[in-house]
Amino acid sequence: MQTFFQQVINGLSLGSIYALLALGYTMVYGIIKLINFAHGDIYMLGAFWGYYSINTWHFSFIEALLSSMIVGAISGVVIEYFAYRPLRHAPRITALITAIGVSFLLENGMSYFFTSDTRDFPQIITQHNYNIGGVLISNIQILILVTACVLMILLQLIIKRTKMGKAMRAVSVDSDAAEMVGININRTISFTFALGSSLAGAAGVLIGLYYNSIDPLMGMTPGIKAFVAAVLGGIGSVPGASVGGFLIGILETLFQSIGLSAYKDAVVYGVLIIILLVLPAGIFGKNMKEKV
Amino acid sequence: MKINWKTNLAWLVIMVAGFYLMNTLILVGVINAFIENMLVMIGINIILATGLNLIIGFAGQFSLGHAGFMAIGAYATAIITSSVETPVGFYIALIVGIVLTIIVALIVGIPTLRLRGDYLAIATMGAAEIIRIIINNLKITGGAAGIFNIPALANWPTVYVMVCLTTIVILNFIRSQGGRAVKSVREDEIAAESVGINVFKWKLSAFVLGASTAAIAGSLRASYLQTISPNDFNIMASISVLIIVVLGGVGSITGTFVAAVVLGVIDTVLQNFGALRMVIYALALILIMVFKPSGLLGTWELSLAKIFNRKPKEVSE
Repeated sequence: MQTFFQQVINGLSLGSIYALLALGYTMVYGIIKLINFAHGDIYMLGAFWGYYSINTWHFSFIEALLSSMIVGAISGVVIEYFAYRPLRHAPRITALITAIGVSFLLENGMSYFFTSDTRDFPQIITQHNYNIGGVLISNIQILILVTACVLMILLQLIIKRTKMGKAMRAVSVDSDAAEMVGININRTISFTFALGSSLAGAAGVLIGLYYNSIDPLMGMTPGIKAFVAAVLGGIGSVPGASVGGFLIGILETLFQSIGLSAYKDAVVYGVLIIILLVLPAGIFGKNMKEKV
Repeated sequence: MKINWKTNLAWLVIMVAGFYLMNTLILVGVINAFIENMLVMIGINIILATGLNLIIGFAGQFSLGHAGFMAIGAYATAIITSSVETPVGFYIALIVGIVLTIIVALIVGIPTLRLRGDYLAIATMGAAEIIRIIINNLKITGGAAGIFNIPALANWPTVYVMVCLTTIVILNFIRSQGGRAVKSVREDEIAAESVGINVFKWKLSAFVLGASTAAIAGSLRASYLQTISPNDFNIMASISVLIIVVLGGVGSITGTFVAAVVLGVIDTVLQNFGALRMVIYALALILIMVFKPSGLLGTWELSLAKIFNRKPKEVSE
């Protein structure tokens, strides 16, 4: 039972990273129906920004986190402006291939300019382990969980309470109608990218602290898993993405702990397929009625 | 009927001429081993991409799991030809690979083809990853290291003939009654169902046919490159096939041929650039997509029948 709770704690920390990433996927998908393959690479950019800002300018944790969120937001907006905006009315699969191209460009550009070596992330926070009833929790795990939860609550407030959030919801329901009532579509979409990408930037710094190593290809696998999490939760749904992220994180660590670590990814995909078959629109997704 | 006969004959002549042209160029030495290798890889990519184009472009089902089916074909060939080192063994392995892939495609397709759009894409991607992870952990497949020293039983003529055969089969399927049913499913499932088309059956047949061509490509690849490992069949492998399909134009087999050749040549030329290669490749991909969103050829097809039948001032076929 102790090991079970231990794995749940580890799973929650990993899951909060997936959840932060999945939120970006789900918001972008909700608003322009695009699987933003480059999202995982923005998370990589965030981790690299954290690495350089802490090493070169001796940023503190909070400064590194906030500045990498800003860097993430800017790169998200720039990518949207140059690569996705010209394709707003093109077939969706074309935009998808462009997203894959952007992802290749970021990964290989970073490997080309900064070499593809794995780097040790500077440990600005010394790790302490707290023993609560036999379950070990480190202060970094608590920090990751708390930061992720704060960011998610902030995001929920932005979406539900601000004017821009209302515009985002309107555009995702019907962009033509939103335009007719005077919402600036381009600005709203840019804002969505900025929000999602800033969360990815934050996730990059957090994972750097947690796993202590970063490299230019680090975004690929977590990116795909976060997308799986978004689909699991019901793509387009913000609470769904958080729940999906935590679920994938816990599943992964649980299967790792019972000695199936070689099959942990297979289990994640297996669960995904089964859930999709039972609930075709994900856990929180709205099931579209077929209209004739 | 007569026109049909004429175009079929013309295509046959083109295929045979292509074969002899290549044969002579190799004998004369214009095509060296390096270029021959490039052409064979282009041929294998054509087989893969025509199969995926059938699923995505004609049946409208967004599948991202092509590499999984390719892996089954490749491993079947590698395992069987390692013990039966004869051409007969190769063809037995090819057939075993196709049959296995059809079974797996049915197992994957029957539940997942009820999903739509991106949900289907992510489910098929998951299925392909499960196949890869299982191969990665089995003894018979050599685990993560893969299989080496696979007997070289496929050379360029085998690949050439297979490219012609799979293209003929897929084109004939597209133009048959079944093909029209498949295309109607792509346009509107509900409308297709209401005129009596068994939507699920035709989606599944397109999926299975596309998957079996992937098995052929996998088995050619295993036999030609003589070494395979599970990492050759990861998500990126599925995506690179998808890139060929979209770049050529979703729903254009001619486009798939053009894109496979263009990407194969770009890839070979860029090998001189070393590390910068993937950066240029990515930029080229983004620029082509931004400026030519429908792919290089859109849905245009090269059709000899149209050329033979061309009458002045006639727009429709």
